[in-house]
Amino acid sequence: MTRMTDLRAAGLGLGYEGRTVVTGLDLAVAPGRITAIVGPNACGKSTLLRGLARLLRPAAGTVLLDGADIHRLSTREVAARIGVLPQQPIAPDGISVGDLVARGRHPHQRWLRQWSADDEKAVAAALAATGVADLEHRPVDELSGGQRQRVWIALVLAQETGLLLLDEPTTFLDLAHQLEVLDLLADLNTAGRTVVAVLHDLNMACRYAHEIVAMRDGALLAQGPPAEIVDAALVDKVFGVRARVITDPTTGTPLVLPEPRSRRRS
Amino acid sequence: MDRRAVAVTVAALLVALTALLVSLTRGDYPMPLSDVLTVLAGGDGATRRSAYVVLDLRLPRALGAIAVGTAFGLSGAIVQRVVRNPLASPDIIGINAGAAAVAVFLIVVLAAGPQTVAFGALAGAAATAAAIYLLSRRRGVTGYRLVLVGIGVTAMLTSVTAYLLNTANIYTAEQASIWLTGSLAGRSWSQVLPVVIAVVVLLPVALRLAAPLRALELGDDLALALGVRVERARAALLLTAVALAAVATAAAGPIAFVALAAPQIARRLVRERGLALVSSAAVGAALLSLADLAARRVLAPAELPVGVLTTVLGAPFLVWLLARANRIGRTG
Repeated sequence: MTRMTDLRAAGLGLGYEGRTVVTGLDLAVAPGRITAIVGPNACGKSTLLRGLARLLRPAAGTVLLDGADIHRLSTREVAARIGVLPQQPIAPDGISVGDLVARGRHPHQRWLRQWSADDEKAVAAALAATGVADLEHRPVDELSGGQRQRVWIALVLAQETGLLLLDEPTTFLDLAHQLEVLDLLADLNTAGRTVVAVLHDLNMACRYAHEIVAMRDGALLAQGPPAEIVDAALVDKVFGVRARVITDPTTGTPLVLPEPRSRRRS
Repeated sequence: MDRRAVAVTVAALLVALTALLVSLTRGDYPMPLSDVLTVLAGGDGATRRSAYVVLDLRLPRALGAIAVGTAFGLSGAIVQRVVRNPLASPDIIGINAGAAAVAVFLIVVLAAGPQTVAFGALAGAAATAAAIYLLSRRRGVTGYRLVLVGIGVTAMLTSVTAYLLNTANIYTAEQASIWLTGSLAGRSWSQVLPVVIAVVVLLPVALRLAAPLRALELGDDLALALGVRVERARAALLLTAVALAAVATAAAGPIAFVALAAPQIARRLVRERGLALVSSAAVGAALLSLADLAARRVLAPAELPVGVLTTVLGAPFLVWLLARANRIGRTG
């Protein structure tokens, strides 16, 4: 695996066409760990991820990749170090799993050196790591949601970067498929990759992530290991929800039990 | 290119070549193939008359059909891939309408000759393409917006063309409407050579620029994350596609449906592996050479403009494509 990639933001401000979404955010991605970005809808989680991935130019502050301003690096240099899975990538009509994953090799290809043994090896490894090797010749449109998400992750793996940024990789998936994807992320992390994912489900984030980044209204409210930072006060501050936080009997991580309105009234 | 794409390309080129050879033998002055081949080989056995008929009358037209078909096929394939919409093609997103408006203006108002009309059409196509690109540019160009703006611009330009035709006298109006249908009849080397040169130059350029297409198709964010400079790559590809369509339209008029149908046919034959750019170009060449041969010979000695034939065949194909897209629940 490649050396650990260092990614951090300093005084980061992000927005779209004058509309500010993220302001004054400082963050250092923990190398070799899984970081989950959590927060309510429209709090700027995905925007932050896009900013970190160089998909969005900062309105203020900088993103530093291995110490260098990420916007001074070439698109290709960034692509060699950071793999990104956006929220809704497009699968071309009728494309097969193998062909789709092979497109992750784009940053490694040059005009004269099109497809090499290295590419072949990287694609095979990515298919194997995500458990979709036996689907290689199937059309992507025929797969289940969980399988399809694993295929997209395989594409990003084929890119062979030490750092993966994933925007809501479990959204729209049922419970079994969510676990399938999160277990895969844990395996990839064990194999040496740094993972940053925007996650919807706070309990899943607490179970799988080493670091939680909690956001609200475009600002970072807390960052740290789930056991240290996730408590009733934080859940209230981030989501505006009253909840009990107990220790998960299986994993020892915090388990958030939101209180239904009927109980809150009594 | 995988084996299937090579097979489709070779087959399409053979069809185009066959149509070319048949086209060289048929006409008011029929000739056996052996005579035609003698002329082409530059042998002494050929009479001056048959050399004139083959080299100066029939060859520019037949070769023009291949070059124009190649240009439309390749241009359509690029536009459809960049815009991620199988219904997009240079004729639908407004490039042809721009060429047509200027050409009709030149024919009707200024009574210009064919060379001026061709040049004007080229300028009209380029100006329209630039206008559409700039109008649909907001934080980068998305395919959807490009198609919608193109449809709007086409509607405006079509009304200009219709107005010009209404004000014209019968003779120039007929001349203009023949141009509007698209025809290769009576094309000489001076009209055909620019298309041949454009295809020879732009085909390798397009292939060189096409590498990022595989990433671009996955959406802008993923393409950028895979190291593609999205805006630049897309602008360069669209520019190439516009240049091809504009040169072809200038030479032959806005022949309908070839740019739309050729990539679709090629993709179905190749079964969706790879980009099918070269196969689309070859299928375009085959389609237009067959259509032009039919346009010349079906009602011989009378002749149809080739655009009538491509429309008669292409329109049902478009309807089929739309019906199918609706059933699947998406258009791109």
